[in-house]
Amino acid sequence: MSSNCDAIVLGAGIVGAACAMELAHAGMSVTVVEPGVIGGGATAAGMGHIVVMDDSPAQLAFTHYSQQLWHVLAPQLPPAAEYETPGTIWVAADEVEMQEVARKQSIYVTRGLPVRVLDSHALLHEEPHLRPGLAGGLLVSSDAVLYPPVAADYLLQQALSSGASLIRQAALQAGEGKACLANGDILSSPRIINALGAAAPSLAPGLPVHPRKGHLVITDRAPGFVRHQLVELGYVRSAGSGTADSVAFNVQPRKTGQVLIGSSRQYNAHDKSVDHQILQRMMQQTRRYMPGIDKLSVLRTWTGFRAATPDKLPLIGPHPADPTLFLATGHEGLGITTALATGKLIRHILTGSGSEIPVEPYLPARAFHPTTETAHA
Amino acid sequence: MRNRNEYTYDVLVIGGGPAGIAAACAAAPHARVAIVDENPALGGQIWRNSFPARQSHPSGPWHNRLQQTQATRLHGLRVFDAPAFNTLHAEAPDGLHILRYNKLILATGARERFLPFPGWTLRNVIGAGGLQAMVKSGLPVAGKRIVVAGSGPLLLAVAAFLKSHGAQVVAVCEQAPPRQLAHFATSIVAYPSKISQAVQYRTQLAAVPYRIGWWPVTAHGKSQVESVTLTNGARRLTLDCDFLACGFHLVPNTELPALLGCSLHNGFVAVDSLQQASVPNVFCAGEITGIGGLDKSLIEGSIAGYASTGQNSPARKLFAKRNKALGFAAAMERAFAPRPELRRLPAPQTTVCRCEDVAHELLQQHDSWRSAKLHTRCGMGPCQGRVCGAATEFLYGWPGESIRPPILPVRFDTLAEAEKPTAQH
Ligand SMILES: Cc1cc2nc3c(=O)[nH]c(=O)nc-3n(C[C@H](O)[C@H](O)[C@H](O)COP(=O)(O)OP(=O)(O)OC[C@H]3O[C@@H](n4cnc5c(N)ncnc54)[C@H](O)[C@@H]3O)c2cc1C
Ligand SMILES: Cc1cc2nc3c(=O)[nH]c(=O)nc-3n(C[C@H](O)[C@H](O)[C@H](O)COP(=O)(O)OP(=O)(O)OC[C@H]3O[C@@H](n4cnc5c(N)ncnc54)[C@H](O)[C@@H]3O)c2cc1C
Repeated sequence: MSSNCDAIVLGAGIVGAACAMELAHAGMSVTVVEPGVIGGGATAAGMGHIVVMDDSPAQLAFTHYSQQLWHVLAPQLPPAAEYETPGTIWVAADEVEMQEVARKQSIYVTRGLPVRVLDSHALLHEEPHLRPGLAGGLLVSSDAVLYPPVAADYLLQQALSSGASLIRQAALQAGEGKACLANGDILSSPRIINALGAAAPSLAPGLPVHPRKGHLVITDRAPGFVRHQLVELGYVRSAGSGTADSVAFNVQPRKTGQVLIGSSRQYNAHDKSVDHQILQRMMQQTRRYMPGIDKLSVLRTWTGFRAATPDKLPLIGPHPADPTLFLATGHEGLGITTALATGKLIRHILTGSGSEIPVEPYLPARAFHPTTETAHA
Repeated sequence: MRNRNEYTYDVLVIGGGPAGIAAACAAAPHARVAIVDENPALGGQIWRNSFPARQSHPSGPWHNRLQQTQATRLHGLRVFDAPAFNTLHAEAPDGLHILRYNKLILATGARERFLPFPGWTLRNVIGAGGLQAMVKSGLPVAGKRIVVAGSGPLLLAVAAFLKSHGAQVVAVCEQAPPRQLAHFATSIVAYPSKISQAVQYRTQLAAVPYRIGWWPVTAHGKSQVESVTLTNGARRLTLDCDFLACGFHLVPNTELPALLGCSLHNGFVAVDSLQQASVPNVFCAGEITGIGGLDKSLIEGSIAGYASTGQNSPARKLFAKRNKALGFAAAMERAFAPRPELRRLPAPQTTVCRCEDVAHELLQQHDSWRSAKLHTRCGMGPCQGRVCGAATEFLYGWPGESIRPPILPVRFDTLAEAEKPTAQH
């Protein structure tokens, strides 16, 4: 079988689903190709923190824009998407990290974000289970939390009700206007979007995207134990490190009353199984900030793979070596937050519709060195 | 800081039911052995609160035999993880216990299978074995009207037990079709001990109707069960009751063997003639290799205990007896297989996952356990699918998901391998 459509989206994680929705809303005929459970990849593993981050101006613009899109969409999300706006507290352990609080505050204020600096006392008032003696923190009250697989499914359903179709197959090859599926079918389209998350290089050899493994732990219900998403500011150092394995204190209140606990980052770990050593490091780090967590009951642990790029920005737009191939991957630890903005940028790039933020910082060409380009052209 | 509890044994037995006890007895004369169970005492399901028991009780000789060994008994330890080579982690009230072994014998037994039908979540609708355990722990049932329904030989054992505790057993209803069960009855002629046990139960239950081919369709009541409607497919019958004891035979506790990577076959751990699983140095015995009751558990446990300490010839002497027990287990598996009508029991709004309150109609929209789980939260609660997993497998044909630690809920500090500070005053 061979069929033709305006655009093919490979992968129905939250990013693929958002792209499919935008393109279908733009009136394109869209085919989504996904062999597994909708949102069953990194999307099911992620924490679902919709967070504004400022590692770079491009990251700040992108996360802020996408968070605003989530705020607008929120009333339409089904209750099972568990959308809430508990806000984030960036926790500062000491005076050095309090300087980071001040720096962050000034940046967030210029973007009009609702922020408040907390001193040691105010921090404990907001989060009584934190260890006393922490220096303070920055409360960003617009940050949200959702349950990603249900949100991804909602986005896909929007695409399907605007005429998109879904094929439950794996793609084996993509390029030159064709996608070959595992069942032998060939789909043709002048626009093929690779939204495979960490698996993106499997259909785009040479792509500078690498899996970065993360572990999560979830507890039984303990309503009110944590009230905001809490992230240590040391996280900035840990997430920034490009090669070493790292852990950070990062806990999230779920709408169910459960506490979701991250986070770890590992390179060169390709095995899905739980790595006890890093899990233990991560849990020890959590106890250091929140000793009272010791008595909560852990129900489950799991792992997921973030799609990491060298400059920590996603790859969104045309593949430099194939004009029919487009990329929507490399979202690292922010793909839930930035899925909606990714959909908008893909729509802009494919249809020429206006864009509210510049696309240049995210275009894939920047990440392809001339040597790799010729090698795979 | 308190010391961590760390031990190393030649043979570590997990599960203190008949299979584990027999394994420890067989291995202990030749090795340093420990037997671990999550309950406050050994005995497992059948000998719960009767180990030790009177000498005339079937557990008596086993208790004496275990007493005569040097085997260490570790009660109140729940094994939740296998974090490293030849190492298990268990949780006890005082925290983490690290158990190392050269050979491991798993005898983690079985649990009841629950199938959802309207009203099954009402108060006083309880598993048959579960109600028995509650009575053993002191729940009074004298004078209470109890309907025992579902499937499996456990129903008769529980009914006889409840009657001996003064309950008024209104009826025992077995879902298996009469023809299927008659076939089973003929086949157990080869197992005289089973017949005498069955006869004994029937005598004890002389005045109690045993309805074969009947199953529950709805439990009625406001806050707790007041009556239950049963059917045989053609007719319906409503019986008043204070309790509905209901379980649909047993499913094995295979989480730990699966976590260790042991191959499963038709839901049970696959073992060779010496009870060795596919993972080196791991032996499995009892209900986890096939539901077969007490005799099979004792024989397999003994074989595993002997084989784990290199005593292959006493192990081999038990092969003939074991084969017989396996024949009985296979006949039982056929006889008490749940009938397809049971798949139609839940109404659209009937809760299937109790922890997360997920209804049948929501689950029907999915094509796999993982899809249902991710999108409805089915199986994501404290039981982690231990209750609803067997039901969803039967109702929708979904095989279970991969096993990840912890296999049982465990305190944060225990999983973090944290040392607890000693109590400060
Ligand atoms: C531990 C952890 C915590 C995280 N926390 C957060 C957070 O708090 N906030 C946040 O914003 N982000 C977070 N993230 C990041 C976020 O989860 C990801 O960036 C996001 O889910 C990426 O979505 P995706 O659609 O690109 O990828 P995926 O969800 O992985 O989707 C890719 C899809 O492609 C499919 N696929 C694969 N191969 C093929 C093929 N050959 N053919 C067709 N389809 C195929 C897969 O089945 C899958 O469904 C976290 C990630 C991890 C691992
Ligand atoms: C609820 C129930 C009631 C039953 N009542 C009867 C009855 O009255 N009469 C009868 O003939 N048969 C009864 N049976 C059948 C019973 O399973 C067998 O007769 C026999 O007890 C099986 O022996 P076993 O050693 O294989 O397993 P079990 O007796 O089930 O023993 C397994 C033991 O391992 C422990 N265990 C499991 N996992 C772990 C872990 N991770 N960490 C620590 N400990 C663990 C369990 O708590 C249990 O004590 C009952 C079964 C069930 C499920």
